[in-house]
This record gives sequence, C-alpha cells and structure tokens, in this order.
Amino acid sequence: MSEIFDIYLLEAVLNGLLLGGLLALLSLGLNLVFGVIDVVWICYAELIMCGMYAVYYLYVQYHWPLVLAMLAAIALVALLGWILHQFVIRPVLNAEPINQLLVTGGVLFFLQAAATLVFGIEFKNLGVTLPSVRLGEMSFSAARLVAFGAALGGVVGLWLFLSRSYLGTAIRAISQDRAIMPLMGVDPGRIFALTSALGGGLAGLASCLLVLQYDIHPSIGLSFGPITFLICVLGGLGNMLGGFIAAFIFAQFIAVGGFFFAVEWGYVIAFIFFIAMMFWRPRGILGK
Amino acid sequence: MLAVNKVAAGYGGIPALFDATLEVRAGEAVGVIGPNGAGKTTLLRVISKLIEPTSGTLSFEGASLAGVPAHAIVGRGIAHVPENRRLFPRLTSEENLRMGAYIARGTFAQRLEQVYALFPRLKERRAQVAGTLSGGEQQMCAIARALMSGPKLLLLDEPSAGLAPVVVQSIFELVRKICAEGYTVLIVEQNIRQVLKVVNRAYLLDAGRIVRSGSAQELRAAPEIQKAYLGL
Repeated sequence: MSEIFDIYLLEAVLNGLLLGGLLALLSLGLNLVFGVIDVVWICYAELIMCGMYAVYYLYVQYHWPLVLAMLAAIALVALLGWILHQFVIRPVLNAEPINQLLVTGGVLFFLQAAATLVFGIEFKNLGVTLPSVRLGEMSFSAARLVAFGAALGGVVGLWLFLSRSYLGTAIRAISQDRAIMPLMGVDPGRIFALTSALGGGLAGLASCLLVLQYDIHPSIGLSFGPITFLICVLGGLGNMLGGFIAAFIFAQFIAVGGFFFAVEWGYVIAFIFFIAMMFWRPRGILGK
Repeated sequence: MLAVNKVAAGYGGIPALFDATLEVRAGEAVGVIGPNGAGKTTLLRVISKLIEPTSGTLSFEGASLAGVPAHAIVGRGIAHVPENRRLFPRLTSEENLRMGAYIARGTFAQRLEQVYALFPRLKERRAQVAGTLSGGEQQMCAIARALMSGPKLLLLDEPSAGLAPVVVQSIFELVRKICAEGYTVLIVEQNIRQVLKVVNRAYLLDAGRIVRSGSAQELRAAPEIQKAYLGL
C-alpha cells in the first residue's frame, strides 16, 4: 500500500516539476520587462492569448505546419510587445506607476474585447492530442514534457543572451543606471524597444506551449495571468532568478497539495502560502 | 580639437552655466577648476550632450555637435567619466569595461589588454561585481570603461571626489600617466592643488562663469587663487 502511495506522490512531485518549468517561462517575460523598463505589463497574459489564437488560426484554418505556425506566433507576439512599448508605454514612461498600470490594464480589456469581437466566445482547440508517456507505474502528459523542455530551453537561452552578448549586457546595465547609458553609446529607447520585443517573444513561446494543453477563449488570460503575476511578486518583481525559484515552489504546492486533497485545494494552499510570504518577505524570495 | 563657444545651460529653466568659452587642443591636458556648484559638471554634461545647451555652440574636430544626440557623442571620439563614477553596480568590473566598448566591439580584446596594462588592479578584480570594489578601484574602473571606446578626448568629472587622501594621490598619478600616453584630457576638479600639477592649462569657473584662464603655473601663482582656493 505505502509503496503505491509513494509512487503516486513521486508522480505528483514530478508533474509539479513539469508545471514549474512552464510557470517559470510564463513569469520570465513579465519579469524581464519589469526589471529593465520598470513597467508592469498587466496585459501580459492577453499577449499570450493573442499568440494562442495565432497558432490556432495558422494551423487549423490556414493549414500551416504546426512548428511554422508556432514560430510565426512567437514573431507576432514579439511584434505586439514592441508595439505595446512604442505606442502605449513610451508616452507614460515617466508618469506615475499607477498611470502605467491603468494604461496596460486598459490594453488588457481592449485585447479581451477585441478577441471576443473577432474570434467569438466559443472555446477553440488545436485538436492535437499528444500521447502520455508512461514510466513504470507513473504517467506524464507529453505536452507537459514538451512544455517543460521548451521552457527550460527558453530560460537557459535568455540567460546566455543576457550574460554573454553585448546587447544582453546592455539590457542588464540599463536596469541599473538608465541615465548614463548614452555615455556608452547606447540609445536607451532602442534597448527598451528591443527588451519589449524580447518580452513579447517569451510570451509568444509560452502561448505555443499553452495551446498544446488548453482550449483558447478570449478570457483565457484571466486563468493564468494572476498566477504569473503572483509568481513574479513571490520571487521579487524584476528578479528573474527569484521568479524561477518561485515558479517551482508554487507548482509543487499545486501538484502535491492536489495529490493529498484535490486540485482546487492545491491552488488554495499555494495562494495561502503566497499571502503568508507577503507578510514574511513582502519584497519576494530574492527581493532586496 | 574641442571648441566651446559662449555656451549657456541649466536645469529646468534654472541656469547653471553662463557664456562659457573654452578650447582644448589635441594632446593637451586641460583643467576646469572652481568651487562646488560653479557649473563644472554642467559644462561636461553639455559637451557630451546629456543636457542641451540653451545657447552657444560646440564643435569637435571642426564639426558642429548641434543636433548630435548624446548616444552618438562617444562615437565621435568623446568619452565621459561621469561624476560619482556611475559604474553599473551589479555588473562585474569586466562587464563594465565591455559596456565601455559597446560601440567598439571589434577592438575589445586589444583595448582590454591596454587598459589592464594601465590598471593591473582591475585585472585582478575582473570578475568582481563593481559595487563591491573599493572607491579607488571604482574610479579606475570608471576611467578604464571610458578608455575602452578608444576616445580622442577624455572628459573626467571630479576623479578625486569621495576618495581617501592616499587614494587621491594614486588617482592623480594615473591621470598623469593617461595624459603621458597621449590622450587629450579635459578634467574638472575641486582639488585645485593636485589638478594644477597634472594639467598644462586651466580655466577657473565660478558661479557659472569662466573668470580666469592660463597655464597651470600662472594659475598656481595667481594671488586670488592662492588666497581663495589654495589657502596660502
């Protein structure tokens, strides 16, 4: 009896690990943009929603190969991130934080309403079912394995870019001292625009992985937007390593809590943990 | 090489610099001395276009700097070591140098070698996060970062500020070494006694106006400078 129990617990822990990878990727783009530009994209999950629709229409309606549809979706959401910065964020860059929140909050409702108008309210899905992978007594969804692999690839790729390249170093530098970047020959506006496109691209990658597991509808952003935001706050807003750790902690609460009680309880426990942490470490796990 | 002609500038309508005219010729080390709040930092910020002059003209190597944005100035050959060093505190010493070479990536390895020859201490500290360097090391790193772009003119803003007296000595020694390497230097300083030992010529700036200029020797001997600034 206890042996079977242990195996199922292990399965829950491993599933939590897989979920953690996906949540880590979700938080990455939001954290990058906040850390560098100091603006919170409240509409981040709605950018992901746009990416999911892009994959759906290109693949299902226009019969593009799935991988090509996904690459196009990543490029499209990167472009959306760039547009969001140039036309919405830039004019309020030096405004009060509350105004910046309201503006991106406005974009959230705009995108939701526009998606309802254009795509309708019915649930859509790719109709792609990836098999589940069995490992002894345990079984894992292949979609989750793919998502975990891609998320880890995204995290490592971003880390290499930020630590090794000139552009990546400039992105880290600008978050530490915006005012003197021109003395290095760097145009801060250009770095901000590029960072926004990169944040959008990460949202696009997340949308490709989510669309394999979830149905698409105009308000899907609301089902994972808040959790993405909470993970970023839990890790310390703008701190990518903190967000990474927080994603795995959160995922374990959901998975293991769900194993002992019910999936909904997993979320309840995770949120109670979040609230407790906000009292104990209000600036996040790795916040200063 | 650099000509500043009747330049005025200020912050939010409050003028800090009136009618400043000065010149730096190739190969020279020129000082701008004066008390706190005289407009010295403003002068350097205008030259590197971090603030736009409200009137007057700037030219470098015969070409006007009007309409040139701040981020294009270093490409023209002017590198600015800002007040308070302003290193990127969470980047390593060497990453700071890499940022200095942002517009000159092709020559990064070669320049890094030159800079490390000039500042051996920075080579030892290359992997250390800049915020944890000592004050003197931070100043070295800031100067080295500016040299990484291979500038024709180096602007130094108060390199001795906030450093212990022993360290001040070694920083001025380094500035002397940089001048000897053939760099053209415009240095702004409150530490008048020390800077006059390093530069060829200097301008005295007071309350936003250039009130005197001359060779380092002349200024050292000038009674009003001796009395007001050198405490003789």
